[in-house]
Amino acid sequence: MSVSPLLDVRDLSIAFGGLKAVSDFALQLNPGDLQGLIGPNGAGKTTVFNLLTGVYTPTSGEVVLAGRRLNGLKPNRIAAAGLARTFQNIRLFANLTVLDNVRVACHLRARTGLFGAVFQTPGHVAEERALRAQALELLEVFGLADRAGADAGSLPYGDQRRLEIARALATEPKVLLLDEPAAGMNPQEKVELSDLITLVRARFGVTVLLIEHDMGLVMKICERITVLDHGVIIANGTPAEIQSHPAVIEAYLGAAP
Amino acid sequence: MQPERLAALRPSWAQALPRGVAPFAAGLALAFVLQLVVVPLVGDFWARLLMDIGINITLAVSLNMVNGYTGQFSIGHAAFMAVGGYVAGAVTYYGSYLWLDALGPTGRPVVSGAFLGEGDLTFVVAALVGGLAAAAAGFVVGLPSLRLRGDYLAIVTLGFGEIFRVLVQRTDDVKFVAAEVEAAGPLDLLSSVGGALGFGGIPTYTTVFWVWSVVAVVLVVATRLKFSSEGRAFLSVRENEVAAEAMGVDTTRYKVKAFVLAAFFAGLAGALFAHESGTTLNPRELGFQKSFDVVIMVVLGGMGSISGAVLAAILLTLLPELLRSFADWRMVAYAALLIGMMLARPQGLFGLREVWELGRSRRRAP
Repeated sequence: MSVSPLLDVRDLSIAFGGLKAVSDFALQLNPGDLQGLIGPNGAGKTTVFNLLTGVYTPTSGEVVLAGRRLNGLKPNRIAAAGLARTFQNIRLFANLTVLDNVRVACHLRARTGLFGAVFQTPGHVAEERALRAQALELLEVFGLADRAGADAGSLPYGDQRRLEIARALATEPKVLLLDEPAAGMNPQEKVELSDLITLVRARFGVTVLLIEHDMGLVMKICERITVLDHGVIIANGTPAEIQSHPAVIEAYLGAAP
Repeated sequence: MQPERLAALRPSWAQALPRGVAPFAAGLALAFVLQLVVVPLVGDFWARLLMDIGINITLAVSLNMVNGYTGQFSIGHAAFMAVGGYVAGAVTYYGSYLWLDALGPTGRPVVSGAFLGEGDLTFVVAALVGGLAAAAAGFVVGLPSLRLRGDYLAIVTLGFGEIFRVLVQRTDDVKFVAAEVEAAGPLDLLSSVGGALGFGGIPTYTTVFWVWSVVAVVLVVATRLKFSSEGRAFLSVRENEVAAEAMGVDTTRYKVKAFVLAAFFAGLAGALFAHESGTTLNPRELGFQKSFDVVIMVVLGGMGSISGAVLAAILLTLLPELLRSFADWRMVAYAALLIGMMLARPQGLFGLREVWELGRSRRRAP
């Protein structure tokens, strides 16, 4: 029986002036997949994330999440539809506490607005309590609960990376896009991160698309990998297939003389 | 969120209502005490200063919602104050002719009301109308903020202030013949607010009680907003707009919301100012100089800090009075003190923090 994929991306392209940054990008993710997206620097990986999350508007192509077309929606609507991301260059709310960073992302599910807040209606109080509990639970999973009251900007680098993932998860996404979560981490932290990603997928049932330069990490945890070079997909397959794929080796190391 | 989980956490109305209303009640009680106990003790001069302080607190705390919470840079706050002041003033002044039997022996509106006496109900209605008119103006000015940020938005808000000032300057003289007032239409009356000469003869209904009641409301609203889901969305816009959007925050909606809310309270402050005794509402008084005063209060208090804005508003209202002994050098000393304070604490008195959060560590971890 064929089931339509959770995330279906077809013919996604964008040009900046004359430069085709991404052309005809296609991707199908099924629920629970953990897919890698790799490629040399400047291959267009982050551009793909920006296209998926509505930061850029694609020149052509289609993004469908759980049967719903996402093209042309604003980033906040796309987040609400169930596509969450982290950022390659960390974009935490640096002056807010760790807890508040996560609670901002819970905001999507807050139903009581200004009126509820001003008069502290029972519905509002219940909601705030629930959001707080939920945010603390998430921080517990990420080992950040004891830093809940600290400013996000004051956390060590590795913790900031993990907080980004926690914050993205707080939007309760169907698909989680991780943009180089291991960048700048030491080997010990990378091992912990790969365990964490596996745990997150199992526990929260999210589908993960991972951009990463650390090949050890990607090969270890991803089931399938897409390789991008100069904005074009050059290979698609399991880690073993990718490792021996001639086009991939050429993209990373150059053609054999 | 699961409904059963929410239901378990939900307090009953009996539990929630007292806590919800308590700060408002406390603020109102404080306003009563100020009016009935403190004012007779300290005399007219200090009573007047108390009102000015309250009006400035309202302005600073409301501007803080735009400049502090959402990180937009508005330097046109006095214009919203002016909209509220002029609209509310027109309602009470012309309302005295049209609907109220509030004309004195000279055939002009009764100039001053007793505390909670005749005219105060009109005043409350007028202030709310003024606030709503200012909020509408806030919506209009907030719209460009969807596309503009930083300096560009500042220029738009400044421009709005100037446009409003020039419009007011071109209005007709105040009407004071009952027959003329009755013959004129509402639009005609709204455009007879004195032009460049100012709007004289507005009844002086503003009392310490009313000013501090508004202060109580704006403080409770600002605080509860800041520490709620809604308020965190405001703050996330300032912290990082791209990340805020990626987390599902509709940044454009929150920016406009901040403008509307801030303008409403600025409008209330304007209504209080317009009905204060000894003030003549005129376009020059509410120009960009006044806007800058409020911006200075917010920056000095710390962008985003409510208690900081309050403290700065109190300090900057008192300072010129306390510096009177410097005579001619007063404003020089005032400016020098400002420079000194900003050099000592560039992040403002409290930064983003509230006074009760100051113990929290800001140090970077190793």
